[in-house]
Amino acid sequence: MLASRDRHADRVVPPSGFTAQLTLFAAAAMAFLAVFALALSLASGRLAARWGDELARSATIRITAPQDQQSAQVEAALRILETTKGVRTARALTDAEQQALLAPWFGADLALDTLPVPRLIEVIEDADGMDPAGLRLRLAAEVPGAVLDDHSRWRAPLVSAASRLRTLGWTSTLLIAAVMAAMVTLAANAALAANAQVISVLRLVGATDAYIAQAFIRRFTIRTLIGASAGMALGMVAVLFMPGGNDETATFLTGLGFQGWHWITPLLVPPLAALVAFLATRMAARRTLETLT
Amino acid sequence: MIELENVAYSYGGGELLSDISLKLAAGSFHFLTGPSGAGKTTLMKLCYGALSPTSGTLRLFDKDVHTLDRDEIAQIRRRVGVVHQDCQFLDHLPVKENIALPLHVSDRSNEAETGDIDDLMHWVGLTDRAAALPPELSGGERQRAALARAVIMSPDVVLADEPTGNVDWDMSQRLLRLLIELNRMGKTVLVATHDLSLIRATKSQVQARVLRIANRRIQLAGADL
Repeated sequence: MLASRDRHADRVVPPSGFTAQLTLFAAAAMAFLAVFALALSLASGRLAARWGDELARSATIRITAPQDQQSAQVEAALRILETTKGVRTARALTDAEQQALLAPWFGADLALDTLPVPRLIEVIEDADGMDPAGLRLRLAAEVPGAVLDDHSRWRAPLVSAASRLRTLGWTSTLLIAAVMAAMVTLAANAALAANAQVISVLRLVGATDAYIAQAFIRRFTIRTLIGASAGMALGMVAVLFMPGGNDETATFLTGLGFQGWHWITPLLVPPLAALVAFLATRMAARRTLETLT
Repeated sequence: MIELENVAYSYGGGELLSDISLKLAAGSFHFLTGPSGAGKTTLMKLCYGALSPTSGTLRLFDKDVHTLDRDEIAQIRRRVGVVHQDCQFLDHLPVKENIALPLHVSDRSNEAETGDIDDLMHWVGLTDRAAALPPELSGGERQRAALARAVIMSPDVVLADEPTGNVDWDMSQRLLRLLIELNRMGKTVLVATHDLSLIRATKSQVQARVLRIANRRIQLAGADL
């Protein structure tokens, strides 16, 4: 229907300068926003997955004990962990690693042995995960100085915030599509009303509804496609030049963008916008034409 | 071609036309007359499917209009050429394209390239005005352009609603001659007019029947014209 065999169908509707530009502009603006909504959705989705996934697989046991009992307690804790279901590996951090962790706060030349620094044990869970409550009970019985931190306390709100953000992003994307449909419908209705004489002449000389509608549908679909393409291109450029961070400093804000195959998703915006315009114009045209003789 | 059987039409506030029975046979020439507001235009609209009768049976080319969908009505309009008193065009397209419009909308665009359209433009005397836009035309030129557009599809029926309403006497005569020529070529012609002198002037040239609408009904006018 769009790859028209008959260019004449296009010409039967007079060109309309101002509304055409408004449609182009609105489509471009909506596509620009859609690119950001997509970037937000995909980035927060990535974040939720990473926080939920990686952090859930690790836990830390902190052992605070008098210096002379410390290594005994560490060994006791490691023994317990060896027999704990769901633990893949567990190892005490070396002095060097502990020092590296503390370096940002105390400087690199800190002498660990002069301070009552707790020992840390890194626990990596297997796919099934472990039972933190059970582990805590066993640790409390045998290693009084051990505290299990399975990160869930601060992980849970972050994961749910990221998931909520993702939901908001997708909702925004859908709303943008709906607004685009509403905007095209209004513009198409205005065009149909402004061209009432054209439509009545065409009906009089034997044009079918499909022929008349085609002229309007083509016009609005192509306009939306062009506008949305421009908006998408601008949106992608803007996302591309968002200041990013390296892996270690990447936070939510610097991670806002597309990664890998996600760069393809904004390319879907213009065709989807054109599809929305096509359907909206077709419905508007059918509704209007059916009221005419 | 067009058959009305006990057709009535009402606009909501009472009947405008009642109990109309009429048969437009192929090749016939009819005048339709009557005072303003008597329902001439309404009857014309019934004849090309712009209105549906509120009661009775109306058959266009042997099909009951009540059973026709919108696309079938469009198909019928390709076989019925219509000329209105205030004919409308696509004002942004030149006259020649307006005249060829019925060909374009019915997927016969290639015929618009042939010489037929030039012959037609010559027949209605608009060859010089081919490139003009419709708003630039005079009343008579508009009527002739509308007539050319009405007949370009070589329709079986030509309906003309007050085609001479906006033009002077000479131009009326000229338009009527064109309609008579069409009738001689075998077209069924129905001309609505309130201008009795025009009917009188035509009667010598063509075997025309005169229908009069009065008191919501249609009657065959006698020889008193």
